[in-house]
Amino acid sequence: MLYREAGQFKSTYAEDQQIFPIRQDRIAMLALLVVAFVVVPLTGDQYWFAAILTPFLVLSLATLGLNILTGYAGQLSLGTAAFMAVGAFMAYNAMLRIPHIPIVGAFIIGGLCAAVVGVIFGLPSLRIKGLYLAVATLACQFFVLWAINRIGWLSNYSSSGVITAQRIEIFGYPVDHSEGKYLLTLSIVSVMALLAKNLMRSETGRAFMAVRDMDVAASVIGIPMMKTKLLAFAISSFYCGVAGALYAFCYLGTVEPEAFTLDLSFRILFMMIIGGAGSILGSFLGAAFITLFPIFLNVVSKSLENALGIEISHAIVSNTEAMIFGGLIIFFLIVEPNGLARLWQITKEKLRLWPFPH
Amino acid sequence: MNFFIEVVAGGLLAGVMYSLVALGFVVIYKASGVFNFAQGSLVFFAALTFVSLMERGWNIWLALAVTLVAMVVLGIVIERTVLRPLVNQPPITLLMATIGLTFVLEGLSQLLWGSQPHGLELGIPDVPIEWLSEKWNINISQFDLFGALVAGVLVAVLAVLTQKTRIGRALRAVADDHQAALAVGIPLQHIWAIVWAVAGFVALVAGVMWGVRNGVQYALTFTALKALPVLILGGFESIAGAIVGGLIIGASEKLAEVYLGPYVGGGIESWFAYVVALLFLLVRPEGLFGEKIIDRV
Repeated sequence: MLYREAGQFKSTYAEDQQIFPIRQDRIAMLALLVVAFVVVPLTGDQYWFAAILTPFLVLSLATLGLNILTGYAGQLSLGTAAFMAVGAFMAYNAMLRIPHIPIVGAFIIGGLCAAVVGVIFGLPSLRIKGLYLAVATLACQFFVLWAINRIGWLSNYSSSGVITAQRIEIFGYPVDHSEGKYLLTLSIVSVMALLAKNLMRSETGRAFMAVRDMDVAASVIGIPMMKTKLLAFAISSFYCGVAGALYAFCYLGTVEPEAFTLDLSFRILFMMIIGGAGSILGSFLGAAFITLFPIFLNVVSKSLENALGIEISHAIVSNTEAMIFGGLIIFFLIVEPNGLARLWQITKEKLRLWPFPH
Repeated sequence: MNFFIEVVAGGLLAGVMYSLVALGFVVIYKASGVFNFAQGSLVFFAALTFVSLMERGWNIWLALAVTLVAMVVLGIVIERTVLRPLVNQPPITLLMATIGLTFVLEGLSQLLWGSQPHGLELGIPDVPIEWLSEKWNINISQFDLFGALVAGVLVAVLAVLTQKTRIGRALRAVADDHQAALAVGIPLQHIWAIVWAVAGFVALVAGVMWGVRNGVQYALTFTALKALPVLILGGFESIAGAIVGGLIIGASEKLAEVYLGPYVGGGIESWFAYVVALLFLLVRPEGLFGEKIIDRV
C-alpha cells in the first residue's frame, strides 16, 4: 500500500489479533461502511438498489455460505440453491404462521431450518469425499425442490406455485422501497460477514481448514471429524438459508421454487471460485463480478447495436453473451486460479513496496 | 410377473442410454482426472450438428463423418485452450473450467445452428417388438434394443482401443500415473487430445441415440445430470462401472416410478437416481468399480 505499518506499535494481544491491525485499513473499512450505509442511499437511484446492489449483497452472503463449506472446510457442494430455497420457504412460513414475528426472526428461523437440512445432507460427507460428494449434494438440490413442489403446506397450498412474499415491517414501519430493502440487506450481510470473519479466526475455523487440507491428518491430531464436518454444513446452510430468505423477500418479492434452480447453485459456485475460495473478501468480489458482468455485457451489446446502427437478434446476443461469459470464466481460472482475492493480495504486496520494489 | 419383467427390462434398456453419456465422462476422467461437466453440452453439440447437416440434405454417412471430424477438432481445441494451461490445478478448478466450457459450447452450438428443436429419424421405429408382445405380452421397444446394441458395440470398440492398440496402452499408462507416463516418453498432450476426441465420438453416439428418443433440443444438455448418478455409482474410472451403474440406475428408477411413484405423488425421477447412488456410495465410497482410495498422512 501507499502506507506502511511503520510506527504502529502493539502493546496488547488484543491489538495484535484484531481483524485490521493497521490503522489505515480500519479507516478505509469504516469509510467503506459509511459510503455503503449513508452515501449510497442518498445518491443512488431505484434501479441501482433493486437490480444491482441488493442482488449483489444477497448473492455475496450465499457465496460466503458456500465459501465456509467449500473454501474453508473443503466439502464441495453443488446444492447451495436448495439451502437457499429452504431458507426462503421457511421464512415465508414463519411469517405466515407465527403472529407478530419480526422479519429478522423469520430470517433466522429460515436459516435454522436450512441448517437442519444441511446437516442431514451433510451426513454422507462423513463417508464420501471430493467429487463424489459434489455429485451426491446434487441429490439435495433435486430432492429439496421436488419436496417444495410436492408438499402443499410449505407454499400454503397456493395453486400457482408463485407466492408473493409478505410485506417487510421493522418496528411497525413498512419497508416498501427498494432503498429500505437495500439497507436491511446491507445490515444483515455486514453483521454476518463480520461473524464469519471472526468464526474463521477461531478454533472452529482452524479445525475447518485442517479438515480441508487433509482430513486424515486432522483426525489424527484429534479434530472430531463428524462434529467439524457437520458443523461446517450447518453454518454454511444457515448462511445460505438467510441469503435465500433475503433473495425472496428483498430482491424477488416472490417465493417460488423456480428461483432456486441448479443454475443458481452453479452461479454461486462461480462466484466463489472467481472471488477466491477460502476468503471472506473473495465472496464479495466474486459476487460483484458475476452480478455486474452480464449487465456490463448487455450494455456493451446495446451500445454496439446503436453504434453500428443494426438490429442484432436477441438469440445471437444471448448466445454470444453466454460464450463470452463461459470463456471469461475459463480465462480467469487460467490466469488466476486462486481468484480475485489473491489478485488483491498481490496488488497490496506490490503497492507496499512501490515505488521502490528493491 | 410379465409386467414386472417389462418394467425391469425397460428400465435396464433406459439405463443403457444413461451409460452412453456416462462413458464419455469416464473416458476423460480416466486419462486426465478431469471431471468433464461439459459432456452434456458435447452431446448436444454433436447431435445438433449432425441433425442440422442432415436437414440441409446431406447424406447420413457424410453428415456423420463431418460431425465426427468436428468433434475431434473440438476436442483438440479444448485440450489446447482449456486443459493445457490448467495442468496441475486442483480438481475443483478443472471442474469449474468445464462448467465454463458448458456455457461456451451451448452458446456456440445455438449460435451456429439456431435453437429450435429438431426431430431425428434413423429408420428404426420406437415401437414394441411384435413377437415378444404377442407371445408373452411384454412390451419392449425395438429402438431400446438397438440402443443397447450400440452401447455394446461402443464398449467393445473402446475395450479394443484401450487394451489392444499402442495408443490404448499409452492411454492406460497416463491414467495410471501421469509422471511415470511422461518419464517413459509418452506425449501427455497428444494423449489428452486423443482422449477428448474419443469423448467427442462417444458424445456423438450418445447424442444421436438421445436425439432419436427425445428430439434434438436444448434439453439434451441435461443428459449429463442423468449420467452423474450412474457415474458415482459405477466409479469415475471404470467403463464397466458406467455400464453396470447405468443398468442399476435405469432399472431401479423405473421400478420406483411404477411401484413407489403413486404413493409420493410422482415426479421422483429427478432425484431418485441420486438417492440410489448415494446408498451404494455409503457402502463403497469410491463407487462399485472405482479405484480404492487410500489415505496417507
